[in-house]
Amino acid sequence: MAKVRGSIVVDIEKCKGCEVCMVSCPTGTIAMAGEVNSKGYNYAWPANPDLCIGCANCAMVCPDGVITVYKTKI
Amino acid sequence: MAEITGIKEIIRPENLVYKRTKVMTDNILSYCPGCGHGTVHRILAEIIDEEGLQSETIGVSPVGCAVLMYNFLDIDCQEAAHGRAPAVATGIKRLLPDKFVFTYQGDGDLAAIGTAETIHACNRGENILMIFINNGIYGMTGGQMAPTTIPGMRSSTSPYGRDVKIMGNPLKMTDIVATLPGTYYVTRQSVHTPANVRRTKKAMRKAVQYQKLNRGACFIEIVSNCPSGWKMTPVESNKWMEENMIPFYPLGDLKTPPEEPASNLKPEAK
Ligand SMILES: Cc1ncc(C[n+]2csc(CCOP(=O)(O)OP(=O)(O)O)c2C)c(N)n1
Ligand code: SF4
Ligand code: SF4
Ligand code: SF4
Ligand SMILES: [Mg+2]
Repeated sequence: MAKVRGSIVVDIEKCKGCEVCMVSCPTGTIAMAGEVNSKGYNYAWPANPDLCIGCANCAMVCPDGVITVYKTKI
Repeated sequence: MAEITGIKEIIRPENLVYKRTKVMTDNILSYCPGCGHGTVHRILAEIIDEEGLQSETIGVSPVGCAVLMYNFLDIDCQEAAHGRAPAVATGIKRLLPDKFVFTYQGDGDLAAIGTAETIHACNRGENILMIFINNGIYGMTGGQMAPTTIPGMRSSTSPYGRDVKIMGNPLKMTDIVATLPGTYYVTRQSVHTPANVRRTKKAMRKAVQYQKLNRGACFIEIVSNCPSGWKMTPVESNKWMEENMIPFYPLGDLKTPPEEPASNLKPEAK
């Protein structure tokens, strides 16, 4: 059976830590980092990368457009 | 087939499903964290990109938080005085009728100081798209009450909530322009969930395509948040918006062109 695997890349320096992506992710892939970027925001990152299905929900709602999404079948 | 385990194998150009459009510049947006303005900019930029209109588009930016829109969209832009964007866009479109001309305005801009310009541009049937970001507040100047502030909503000038007995009724601008003969397509959307973003993008594409027909004004209201002015976190503000703003400003098409079936006026389930 074909299974999809996804992956996201967050432009950490441009992320404002709003958490909107985190609550829109259906799989719990995203968490906010304990560290901050140079603007002082706790940026989003794929804390559980194996869970990502590449649905792009996070990228749809990111007000700053800093998420890139990849998806493949395995 | 080799099994894919690491993310390195997934992050390859052929697997790309979503990336920022080149119609957005690389500048960091001046908006507060979680503000819907950024999402609407991005949707609009994606449509301009996908429809091949980057060199054909002229935007008119407002006074309000979106005043610097021209720094974020890689298109031709003209800044207008507060509320006058529809008048400026009218002039641009009449001089350059082959261009795609839009205004981008907040509720203080479009529904307060610019009420006359909005109504008359719509009523004249100017062939422009008006994008109306309704966050129920004057975001830029510190969260004062706007004509769009809903009953009971707190703002810096209605700290105990809007009391309509004293402060009057909110104005539903989109409902008003939908009744005018000069408007061709009028819709109200939001961008606070992935499903709503996808619906807004569809509506925005329709509006841009209708605009090419030059059959009148197209008008998109986006019910949006202002986490800073509302004094909430972005996630709280989206929840508050869904529970309070959207019941007052229901999502859906208010006016569709004759050949278009009227789509559901109720927001779809997420
Ligand atoms: C002629 C004039 N009057 C008043 C102002 C002050 N002013 C700047 S932005 C603004 C309201 C902005 O609210 P809105 O249009 O809702 O935009 P938002 O910031 O909420 O996106 C006002 C009253 C101004 N700049 N010019
Ligand atoms: S692409 Fe989908 S599953 Fe992956 S992080 Fe984004 S929202 Fe979550
Ligand atoms: S939605 Fe965008 S800006 Fe907000 S936390 Fe997620 S990646 Fe950062
Ligand atoms: S003040 Fe409100 S509308 Fe303006 S950028 Fe901040 S959150 Fe957005
Ligand atoms: Mg406003």
